[in-house]
Amino acid sequence: MQDIAKSLAGAAQLIVAGDPTLAGVVLLSLQVSLTAVLLATLLGLPLGAAIAVGRFRGRRALIVLLNALMGLPPVVVGLVVYLLLSRAGPLGELGLLFTPGAMVIAQTILIVPIIAALCRQSVEDAWREYEEQLRSLGARGVGAALTVLWDIRFSLLTAVLAGLGRASAEVGAVMIVGGNIDGVTRVMTTAIALETSKGDLPLALSLGIVLITLVLALNAAAYLVKEAAQQKYG
Amino acid sequence: MILPLRLEQLSYRGILGPLSLELEAGPSTIILGANGAGKSVLMRLMHGLLTPTEGRISWRSENPGRHQAMVFQRPVMLRRSALANVVYALKVAGVDDAQRVALDALKEVGLAHLARRSARVLSGGEQQRLALARAWALHPEVLFLDEPTASLDPGATREIEALIRAFDGSGTKVVMATHNLGQARRLGDEVLFLHQGRLVERAPVERFFTQPASAEAAAFIKGELPWV
Repeated sequence: MQDIAKSLAGAAQLIVAGDPTLAGVVLLSLQVSLTAVLLATLLGLPLGAAIAVGRFRGRRALIVLLNALMGLPPVVVGLVVYLLLSRAGPLGELGLLFTPGAMVIAQTILIVPIIAALCRQSVEDAWREYEEQLRSLGARGVGAALTVLWDIRFSLLTAVLAGLGRASAEVGAVMIVGGNIDGVTRVMTTAIALETSKGDLPLALSLGIVLITLVLALNAAAYLVKEAAQQKYG
Repeated sequence: MILPLRLEQLSYRGILGPLSLELEAGPSTIILGANGAGKSVLMRLMHGLLTPTEGRISWRSENPGRHQAMVFQRPVMLRRSALANVVYALKVAGVDDAQRVALDALKEVGLAHLARRSARVLSGGEQQRLALARAWALHPEVLFLDEPTASLDPGATREIEALIRAFDGSGTKVVMATHNLGQARRLGDEVLFLHQGRLVERAPVERFFTQPASAEAAAFIKGELPWV
């Protein structure tokens, strides 16, 4: 009990003082995860929307696969990206292994299925409601799809946030492809794992607090935005 | 002019047909029948939302899509203002000066004061009026209405019926599915009576109600009347 109290006090001190190590790790985490979310959103939303609206062979199998991929184990993704990016691997020449770039790639792969699958569900539900009306008005193809995407933009925000939550919380993938190098590829989750094993509990705990606070704040903001939109637009 | 509309030996899966008929400009046509008789399917085939499995649908002119509109039982509004919903329809149809035309349409249905309000927070009756405004703005030659008052209270129903009458008066051909016999009498000039996917009877409204020619129609009128 005393240990926890002492660690908490130390953590509070680090956070309040704006410890540079802490700040660096937090910044890099945000940079990596937000970039991954941006890329995954650009890939996942069109993919999900296309599967929702499209009618093609193997569509159902693809939906099952996509849903299953939502639960991809981060370490496995890390391992595969590691193999691809390692010096002997097919993408070894890019020299990305153990850089933030590699971490972005791994996290993007991890969350594209999450964003695509959740987007697919939202768009499919909306499409069922809108299709006849839009076709009756003469809206077709990409134009109709964009109309629906824009109309449910606040629901899609939830999908994007789910991706961000996953990206910022996972440790396995970034640990393997980033290597947890101090000042280069050390992010919040890998730092927490390391500092805990080293026994630097105040630093680990302060990172944990920051991580949870960030995730909470983001979700609270998204919830408020969605609620305001619901009130305004119905 | 896109009318007359000609249906030849039209079938849709096992649900409708084979059925042949011709719709001319002028009289408003009521499609009557029990639930499951094929009213909605027939309207969707005519409007082009469904493709017939057999038979042919032909309008007098090419590209009839632009000159027809449909109002559904439950209006689907986009999450934007009432005005923006009408403007959207006009832009899709390629109409110039969409803002002004849309405002005029809202005035026509008595919703000008709610133009900036979000469409989805309007009441059911207001949303249906907005759906009519959206159709009105396009000045369609043919307006299809699929049980437009089925989920509305009597007051809202009266308003919608008045607007449909105004549409009719402006020269638009009204084709409406309903199972409300009172409404059919109030708004219709002729009745198409469907029974189990077949066109059993076509007659002027008064004759249909006073001297139905088929046993099915007589039974339908008798069965429905007490609840009108």
